[in-house]
Amino acid sequence: MKRFTYVRAVSIDQAIESLSVHPDAKLLAGGTNLVDLMKYDVATPTTIIDINDLPLREISETADGGLRIGALVTNSDVAVHPSVARHYPLLASAILAGASAQLRNAATVAGNLMQRTRCSYFYDVLTPCNKRAPGSGCPARPGLNRNHAILGASELCVATHPSDMCVALAAIGATIIVQGPNGLRAIPLADFHRLPGDAPEKDTTLFGNEVILGIELPPVLEHHRYSYLKIRDRLSYAFAIVSAAVWLTIDDEAAISTAQIALGGVAHKPWRNTAAEALLIGRPASRVNFEQFASMLLSGAVALSENDFKIDLARRTVVRALEQAASRTPQSQSDKRIH
Amino acid sequence: MAAAPNTAHRVAYTINGVIRVATVEPGVTLLDLLREEFDLTGTKKGCDHGQCGACTVLMNGHRINSCLVLAVSRSGSVVTTIEGIGTSDGLHPLQEAFVKHDALQCGYCTPGQICSAIGLISEGTAKTRDEIREGMSGNLCRCGAYTGIVDAIEEVMAAVSDAESLP
Ligand SMILES: Cc1cc2nc3c(=O)[nH]c(=O)nc-3n(C[C@H](O)[C@H](O)[C@H](O)COP(=O)(O)OP(=O)(O)OC[C@H]3O[C@@H](n4cnc5c(N)ncnc54)[C@H](O)[C@@H]3O)c2cc1C
Ligand code: FES
Ligand code: FES
Repeated sequence: MKRFTYVRAVSIDQAIESLSVHPDAKLLAGGTNLVDLMKYDVATPTTIIDINDLPLREISETADGGLRIGALVTNSDVAVHPSVARHYPLLASAILAGASAQLRNAATVAGNLMQRTRCSYFYDVLTPCNKRAPGSGCPARPGLNRNHAILGASELCVATHPSDMCVALAAIGATIIVQGPNGLRAIPLADFHRLPGDAPEKDTTLFGNEVILGIELPPVLEHHRYSYLKIRDRLSYAFAIVSAAVWLTIDDEAAISTAQIALGGVAHKPWRNTAAEALLIGRPASRVNFEQFASMLLSGAVALSENDFKIDLARRTVVRALEQAASRTPQSQSDKRIH
Repeated sequence: MAAAPNTAHRVAYTINGVIRVATVEPGVTLLDLLREEFDLTGTKKGCDHGQCGACTVLMNGHRINSCLVLAVSRSGSVVTTIEGIGTSDGLHPLQEAFVKHDALQCGYCTPGQICSAIGLISEGTAKTRDEIREGMSGNLCRCGAYTGIVDAIEEVMAAVSDAESLP
């Protein structure tokens, strides 16, 4: 680990100011991603700004009937919060599908949003990586890319975003509240993470001197159905190969009235296709419609040398998750059999 | 908030009921503080990257991976390590159950397993064997004692009607 200066922010303004003064500083929340990356010298901040004293640990209802969750609330506390468990069970389920109990106890909402890719070349400072060292090259494209992107990748980068929580937030349609030197900004989750394009070093649209204050969930969706289905190499404590988050309502005539579906593990950000979702509206919640939707969602998919299996796996994961949601039998995160 | 680069910081922790202080560089983890400064070597270093659970301790009542906590960040916390759980003549119920169910072979993962299991039981969300397995997935056992570990936890969980009664 490179040596660094440690400071503790006593206010949000002070954290923002400190980030402005030290452009290569990093905020420290739970530390489960940042400390790991610092041990590998992948992250080499000269200053760490510890934000654990900031008043960002509240969960409260918003005026429009949604929920606001502070940036420093732990992943565990989000998942077991009664309002989350009751009104946004998709979010609770996705969080509980991620990492381990120990990690979720330390990990925070903002840290989870900001976590970096698990691409093995990104982690290995002895290899090139355009995300870690811009311009150095991408060994994953011709190399070990079984876990890499099938959608939205660029010539420069084929990394995926590893979060489970963010896939649920994408389906639910959350908003990220951030503060910078010029005040507050609300960023829809869909615009928060980026595609790699020609700047894969940038994971998000957050500016370097902005602090995430929290997330806002839209008003409760009555009678919704959901499922979070995560496919991975071992049953628990492993990142997704693909995952699907489904947020659905079905009206009295058995027609789909809301369809918000996000895919994880397949791209540089949680993947949604709102045009394909719109085509589901008003149609019966049937397997054939789900299959058509899944094909559209995966229509632009391009396989790398080792991951062509992911395209069909993702398609089938979406169909299965939609069926689970429609039949009100969401995937259990402890009994891992897929029904 | 100004600080000179690489300044050592004073930290204080209540560890197993005893207040301990030390001066650490900011890059020192809670795991290294416990093992190297305080000579509490019961907490093990397996991977040092949050991937194995050998370093699990209870911090303010919650199980966490001490290898990913910067000691300077959580100064003031109350920490329980395996040294604070049971004594040689009065084993903790989980320790007894681990012995009874052969829930270990080499024992390297065991301190983390015990701390994690105490955290699991006090969280109170796991009821079934599947849920115990899932709740304990953050603790790898290279010797593969998983079946015994689940047996031991299941037995203690059934005996503890009130999670509060576990230390
Ligand atoms: C072994 C292992 C397995 C894992 N498995 C999974 C998994 O299956 N699924 C999954 O989703 N995740 C998984 N994770 C990742 C885990 O979810 C993240 O490490 C965690 O969410 C990061 O949160 P943190 O609070 O610890 O962040 P930190 O490590 O403290 O910070 C991470 C980043 O966020 C920035 N940051 C923190 N707070 C703010 C803020 N308020 N404003 C702006 N920037 C901020 C930091 O500067 C840093 O760059 C795993 C991690 C490990 C180590
Ligand atoms: S040593 Fe901390 S998780 Fe392995
Ligand atoms: S008993 Fe040897 S690693 Fe678990």
